[in-house]
Amino acid sequence: MAKIWKFRTKDQTLSGSLQQLLRSILEMEEISAILVPRRLPMKNMVMPMLVSDPQQLDGVDPLSPAFPMNTAKIVSRLTRKPMGGKVVVVLRPCEIRAFVELVKLKQGHTDEIVIMAIDCLGAYKNSDYFKFVGTDVKASTQRFYQSVLSGRGAALDNVDLAEACKSCEYPVASHADILIGLYGVTTDDHFIVQALTPAGEAILTPLNLRGTQMPPERQKAIDDLIAARTAYRDQMFARTAEATASLEKLTTYLANCVNCYNCRVACPVCYCKECVFVTDVFNHEPAQYLRWAARKGVIKMPTDTIFYHITRLAHMSTACVGCGQCSNACPNDIPVMELFRTVAARTQKGFNYEAGRSLEEKPPLSEFRENEFNEVVGISV
Amino acid sequence: MQDFEPSIVAFVCNWCTYTASDLAGTSRLSYPKNVRLIRVMCTGMVDPQYVIKALLEGADGVLVSGCHPGDCHYINGNFKARRRIKLLKEILPQFGFAPERLRLTWIGASDGIQFAEIMHELVAQIKKLGPNEAKLKMVI
Repeated sequence: MAKIWKFRTKDQTLSGSLQQLLRSILEMEEISAILVPRRLPMKNMVMPMLVSDPQQLDGVDPLSPAFPMNTAKIVSRLTRKPMGGKVVVVLRPCEIRAFVELVKLKQGHTDEIVIMAIDCLGAYKNSDYFKFVGTDVKASTQRFYQSVLSGRGAALDNVDLAEACKSCEYPVASHADILIGLYGVTTDDHFIVQALTPAGEAILTPLNLRGTQMPPERQKAIDDLIAARTAYRDQMFARTAEATASLEKLTTYLANCVNCYNCRVACPVCYCKECVFVTDVFNHEPAQYLRWAARKGVIKMPTDTIFYHITRLAHMSTACVGCGQCSNACPNDIPVMELFRTVAARTQKGFNYEAGRSLEEKPPLSEFRENEFNEVVGISV
Repeated sequence: MQDFEPSIVAFVCNWCTYTASDLAGTSRLSYPKNVRLIRVMCTGMVDPQYVIKALLEGADGVLVSGCHPGDCHYINGNFKARRRIKLLKEILPQFGFAPERLRLTWIGASDGIQFAEIMHELVAQIKKLGPNEAKLKMVI
């Protein structure tokens, strides 16, 4: 049975109380640092930062609608070898799910980290966040979470949540050591702190927080949110499947692509050190382009655009967590996330696999059974 | 589409299907010239990329063919190939590629007759499907 406590927010803001909780955790001897979204001192932006001095926790801002990168990549950097200290990492659910995939792909470890998941309120696209934030980051974050938690929604100042967040059915993490509950909780008075693992319990117990029960309305609030998100997601799937249902349509969908590969760089689960698309395999002989052009009459430059996207789908769609950083990174506003999630839903279902669901299930392409998928063998229709 | 002659790219493993094609040849069996064999050491080395590239370049069909389960020279390469074909069969139909354009078969080294029969059947099936869209439209 998970242990649940209350953390009072009555005397200060929700952000302030979270800071206070993080500070008391960082002051513990066994915790070396906290990786958490924090305001940059020099600019109105929130970035993941590794904080070791409790005094530096003042600017932490985990409820901000900024989502500049999927922090799973950072956690993977921190844990690819022994770090020599315990770090609490504060992550969004999609970041945790991406990290689960990276651990299974041997790109990180869970040994030296304690994962803290805060109920995800969603985020804006980078470009939208810049429009929204103004000069006072702290105040803008407060305006954002107050609006979401009071049920008024996340759309403010003509910006709304990123499409990835609108179609995200995982607003609450299931794979964490410590869970901060906000949905279905009277956040004006307190938030919920829950230990989901013994590691989480070991950190929370010494804090002497006030024990409580899970508020009964929390589950319903979460279920309602997930139902709405799932409905939105299914519409998005149907729309995207239709928009890419033939090679010609897919070509139209991806027509703005300039092969910058930002989507692959931003992707948390695209972990290859050197992607095949930047190797000499794709550094074709100059004369080859002429031969292609001669054969087809005309070729679009740079070449291999569709080839790149379908190959990436083959390589990583079973690990796609739908965080939407690919769309965020696209300089030409191609709805990359929609395409990848739509196909990932098919590939993950095909292998009865769900990216980020568990550390135990092996990635589908890393194992096999002797007797399976016999329907794909043979030439009878 | 009467005189449509499809191009079919077949990735065949050195130890079984390629040997079967050899046997078909030495047995004086014939098979349609539409099938272009590419010998690979094992179906387990056929990266999904090879299949995607072939289809985007206008191949009307792709065949991956190797040893029967349990007979793989490298113990389990064909099982890995089967997962990759499964994966591609989830992805490619989304973009309008008929599932029949991608085939996986097990043809053992002694199956010369079956090899010729399967090639005939495969070409007939692809002829019926008509040309791959990638041949007709601009692919970026």
